[in-house]
Amino acid sequence: MLSIENLKKSYREPGGGRLPILDVPRFEVGRGEQVVIRGRSGCGKTTLLNTIAGMTTADSGSVRIGEVDITRLPESARDRFRARHLGYVFQTFNLLPGFTALENVLLGMTFTGGKTDRGRAEDLLERVGLGHRFGHKPAALSVGEQQRVAVARALVSKPVLLLADEPTANIDPAHQQQIIDLLRGVCVDEEVAMLLVTHSPEVADQFGRVEQLETVNRVANGPTTSRSEPVT
Amino acid sequence: MSFWRIAWNNMKQRGVASSLTALSMALGVAAMSVVIVVYAVAVRQFSQDAQGYHLIVGGKGGALQLVLSTVYHLGQPLYPIPYSEYRRLVDGDLSDVVDVAVPYCLGDSFDPTRDPQNPSDRRFRVVATTPDLFDKLEYGTTEDGSPIRYEFRSGRNLRISRPYEAVLGSVVAAQSGLKVGDTLNPTHGISGEGDVHTEFEVVGILDITGTSNDRAVFVNIEGFYLIDDHALSDEMVEQRLARASMAPPATAAPRSDARGVLPPATLEGRTGEPLEPLAEDKREVTSVLVLCKSDLGPLVLNTQINKDPNTAIQAVAPAGVVTTLLEKIVGPIQLVLLVLTVLIVLVAAIGILVSIYNSMNERKQDIAVMRALGASRFSVMLIILTESVLISLIGVILGLLLGHAFIAAAGPYLEAEAGVRVSFWRLDPLELAIVPALLALAAAVGLLPAFSAYRTDVARALTGNR
Repeated sequence: MLSIENLKKSYREPGGGRLPILDVPRFEVGRGEQVVIRGRSGCGKTTLLNTIAGMTTADSGSVRIGEVDITRLPESARDRFRARHLGYVFQTFNLLPGFTALENVLLGMTFTGGKTDRGRAEDLLERVGLGHRFGHKPAALSVGEQQRVAVARALVSKPVLLLADEPTANIDPAHQQQIIDLLRGVCVDEEVAMLLVTHSPEVADQFGRVEQLETVNRVANGPTTSRSEPVT
Repeated sequence: MSFWRIAWNNMKQRGVASSLTALSMALGVAAMSVVIVVYAVAVRQFSQDAQGYHLIVGGKGGALQLVLSTVYHLGQPLYPIPYSEYRRLVDGDLSDVVDVAVPYCLGDSFDPTRDPQNPSDRRFRVVATTPDLFDKLEYGTTEDGSPIRYEFRSGRNLRISRPYEAVLGSVVAAQSGLKVGDTLNPTHGISGEGDVHTEFEVVGILDITGTSNDRAVFVNIEGFYLIDDHALSDEMVEQRLARASMAPPATAAPRSDARGVLPPATLEGRTGEPLEPLAEDKREVTSVLVLCKSDLGPLVLNTQINKDPNTAIQAVAPAGVVTTLLEKIVGPIQLVLLVLTVLIVLVAAIGILVSIYNSMNERKQDIAVMRALGASRFSVMLIILTESVLISLIGVILGLLLGHAFIAAAGPYLEAEAGVRVSFWRLDPLELAIVPALLALAAAVGLLPAFSAYRTDVARALTGNR
């Protein structure tokens, strides 16, 4: 379902050189598969997710989701593809403060180009346990509830792949497990593949497939840094 | 969810800033609305005042002075002309093209306080005339082009045989408190320092016309002539006859179907006693309103009078003078006021720009989130533009409401002072035209912050917040 080949990404350094961030020869995620990516801080986990989501452009290589190589799409087509086929859960939830829980979820299908299905948004909020909080704004919700809204928003457009970037990092340990259970359960129900980035070994241990970013992030050429050395 | 809804939520999120920005726009629009409506009313009144007749015939002098004194009851009247000139228009050599000729004798005034110890600063002009003014002339046209005739709110028109009768304009009646049956005493001269004349009985009060006639007292011309100061002395009559003998005589014979009211054989005094009217050779008129039978009439009459080197009178088309007056005096004032209000609105529009642009930093993350959810650069740009237009739209609607509320609140004052009826609901076409213009302006000023949204780097904005 997700197939990455020879994906390279580097950033321009202040001195004029290029700092390689990603070098992924090959990486695949199957339909409905749930994969955890681990790695040290700054090793490019978020850049990998952003590149898969089409929000960051790769220097070279391909990112195929289904039959579509999103690296070949112009920006507007990548935006539309992201709206229709990908879900994104952020570490800081990123709910819009001026919108109610329901409106935040509806926002997840606003840019798909299709009709807004209010019933599905309400149904998802019910499923994440917030059926009684439709009209509440983020400031009136607990941290755990905010992340539940974010999960509902990421899934409302029926994506094929959910990208979750440290979704439990800002949540107290007591509620972390609830979010993980929720994510895994809803993704199974919705038959959505999930790529989850986490630092937490407790979270990672619950998944059948855990990839260290260094194992997929090999620097074939250019300067080698200790940060980008493969971890074996 | 529509972009309008998203923009509305964004606006609500910054409620105080958005409200103040919309309010500043509203105040600018309200000022603009008041200027437009007041100017339109002024123009309508100015133009309407000079409707209902084609020409004003009066003594030689400034055309503007003749129009101002006759139509608007402003300034000093021109030197009067002999009554015989009026007769030329009514049944003499100039009467062929005339339908109605209405004489005016000006020069008296009336203090609405009627208190000699405490006189008013604003005196009303007294116009001595004939009943034809209200019976045969119209004072304007409705929006569908049909003529508007004078109506009496109470009482009736003057009767030529009853010399001491008066009709009041609506503003005079309101300010003086006079009713039908009451009496008033005109004062000689327009400054109020002259002799107080004999009393006239109020027999009618005009409905509001929205013209200067609302601010005038109309008395029977026959009564005016019977006042001592208003008759020419024997010496002046002789001088005038001597001058007339040098001029070529009027050629046409008097006609039976007179185009205006002529002196009756006898008049009825206050108690019904018979009175003899003033002899015609002792009479003068200040001006004559002339309604011609056809549109060609004014041209003919204009040529006959103004091309005659021996005549002591002139004919003026008031519409032309009014147009010149509007273009040269009122137009520039309106332009200055409009420019000022446009500047106010521009400042308000720039306020929208500053308000939204200053908030762009704090909302960068929101924009990045929307982009992460699949919003294109164009979509986020459109959302910001929509917000700008929305603030402007609220400002415009609120401004029109404020402006018209002000106009409606000032309505009773305008009606009492100027005889002008204004309505809360009356929208000037120019006001409707400024709505899309202001929305376009809002969209234009929204372009800068919208472009900032367009350029937002999603990945950086999302991670930069960590």
